[in-house]
Amino acid sequence: MASEAADIPAPRLTGRSLGPPLLLALTLVLALAGLGLGPVAITPAEMLAVITGHGTPAHEAILLQIRAPRVVLALAAGTSLALSGATLQGVLRNPLADPGLIGVTAGAALGAVSVIVLAGGATALPPGLRPYLLPVGAFAGAAAVTSFVFLAARSRAGTSVATLILAGVAVNAIAFAGIGGLIYVSDDVALRTLSLWQMGSLGGAGWPVALVALGFAALAAARFLPLAAALDLFQLGERAAFHAGLDVERAKFRAGLWTAVATGAATAAAGPIGFIGLVAPHLARLMCGPGHRAVLPVSALMGTALLLLADLATRLAVPPAEPPIGLATSLIGGPFFLWLLLRKRGAAHG
Amino acid sequence: MIARRLAPALLAALLTTAAAAQERVVIAGGDLTEIAFALGEGARVVAADTTSNYPAAVEALPKVGYLRALPAEGILAQAPDLMIAGPEAGPPPVLEQLRAAGLEIATGPEGITPDVVPQKIRFVADALGVPERAEPMVAAFEAEMTELAGLAEGFTDHPRVLFLLAVQEGAPLVAGSGTEAGEMIRLAGGVNAVEGIEGYRPMTPEAIIAAAPDVVLMMRDFLGRYGGAEAILARPDIAQTEAGREGRLVAMDGMMLVGYGPRTPAALRELMRALHPADADRLGL
Repeated sequence: MASEAADIPAPRLTGRSLGPPLLLALTLVLALAGLGLGPVAITPAEMLAVITGHGTPAHEAILLQIRAPRVVLALAAGTSLALSGATLQGVLRNPLADPGLIGVTAGAALGAVSVIVLAGGATALPPGLRPYLLPVGAFAGAAAVTSFVFLAARSRAGTSVATLILAGVAVNAIAFAGIGGLIYVSDDVALRTLSLWQMGSLGGAGWPVALVALGFAALAAARFLPLAAALDLFQLGERAAFHAGLDVERAKFRAGLWTAVATGAATAAAGPIGFIGLVAPHLARLMCGPGHRAVLPVSALMGTALLLLADLATRLAVPPAEPPIGLATSLIGGPFFLWLLLRKRGAAHG
Repeated sequence: MIARRLAPALLAALLTTAAAAQERVVIAGGDLTEIAFALGEGARVVAADTTSNYPAAVEALPKVGYLRALPAEGILAQAPDLMIAGPEAGPPPVLEQLRAAGLEIATGPEGITPDVVPQKIRFVADALGVPERAEPMVAAFEAEMTELAGLAEGFTDHPRVLFLLAVQEGAPLVAGSGTEAGEMIRLAGGVNAVEGIEGYRPMTPEAIIAAAPDVVLMMRDFLGRYGGAEAILARPDIAQTEAGREGRLVAMDGMMLVGYGPRTPAALRELMRALHPADADRLGL
């Protein structure tokens, strides 16, 4: 039944099986670098002192309050975005699918913009809660817009993939019209806040936001990983998957729901970070073949590694200033992806 | 365990030394940087944000980024013992992280009239531990503002002024009521051509024609970006107004015009001369 798909051996196994362990090692090294490197120089000995409780208050604050939440958020957002992308590409059988396609990012942006522009009226909230209004708004926007897309694409005959994508396009347009309307009534302060939010950052989140994002990422990963066999069947076409005994509708619903939750949470915590959801699954497939048993976990690792690398780059590029991470993910991910594609094409010809 | 008990003592020791003399100061807010230098304490400023561009010595300092998007570690890397920040500095989680790292943050006053300048001067002087230097500067500021207010009584005309913040395609951003630019226009004896709307808002070309400005006011940095005075005056909307027909466009240093700092009286004087060329010599501006 469903497990048959996973039993198909991945082509050209030699050389590839080394990839995932190496990637895991690289991710761990990057996470350590995320703790160890930054504009403030902290030696490994000083790091050790902080870990054993003998560090200076300044080093303790930098490691535990500034760098550690960033590494955790990179893990949460990288995993969420990459798994959402891989699942969506699998379900839609569309290599260009990314979570933005079904309206998640537009919805999150609409929620965030609403909070930024209209939050002047939220002065009734206690000051301690106000910083959390933006992530909550972004998450609510993502959830609302994605559920609308799924409801719109649903009919008695089931959820049509073509309708899903087209409804996503239409809802994206509506959400951006809403954003445009809000931008029109906003003042220059809101405009600046908005444009900064739209470029994403791991630096603005403290522990509470990073931990909530990690919780959502873990929850979503627990739901995404068991979908691997179903996603393999989807590659044969929906009809074939149905005849192979897969509850196609249920799988699609689950994929959509958890994509919305995971991407919504990541975007709420770190702003819209482009490219990870699109590229991490492709890199994973280049590394370990098309089987989703491997693609899903390797994508999550790849997404985390890419985000950690991008975060390091923004921290170290032009100290003491810090450019937004959205720039770095595209600047690092783009050329890397292109190089891999060209190398693979060269190998296929040679 | 030992660390837990030691930490408060260490922190207290750190705070006492900091209170004695904060020798490494980071400033987020161009107006506050200007005041710190005007108070003669510029040598203690080790880094500033990107809105700080005056006096010239500031250009040589490391820039920690835009004041609404400050990087926590970038600031800590300057090893500061004090940060002086404008009320708009943020984001709030970063300020929290900085405080957690033991950095003292002094947050300045806010206001949309020049009355806030004396408060800012006293605030910066207090934060830098030189409160006695504030009063002479405040007195000079207030004397000059009073003199200018007196001169403004003598203006024979009150031109309608349109402040253009940014001129993107379609609707330019203009300054409505409750803005620093609108307040400066009023103090300089002009009338803000856009009184109906609040804050800095986009305005359609037709509404610009209806606002009927006699003078267009802009920040000099922005003017260059949009192709200079000729390009602005030749815009279809501006060209239809008195300002366009007479070619009256005033360009001023942005931070000086709307930053509300020690240079505000000089900015007001410059704006008065530009708005009332006929009265300027008679009144001795």
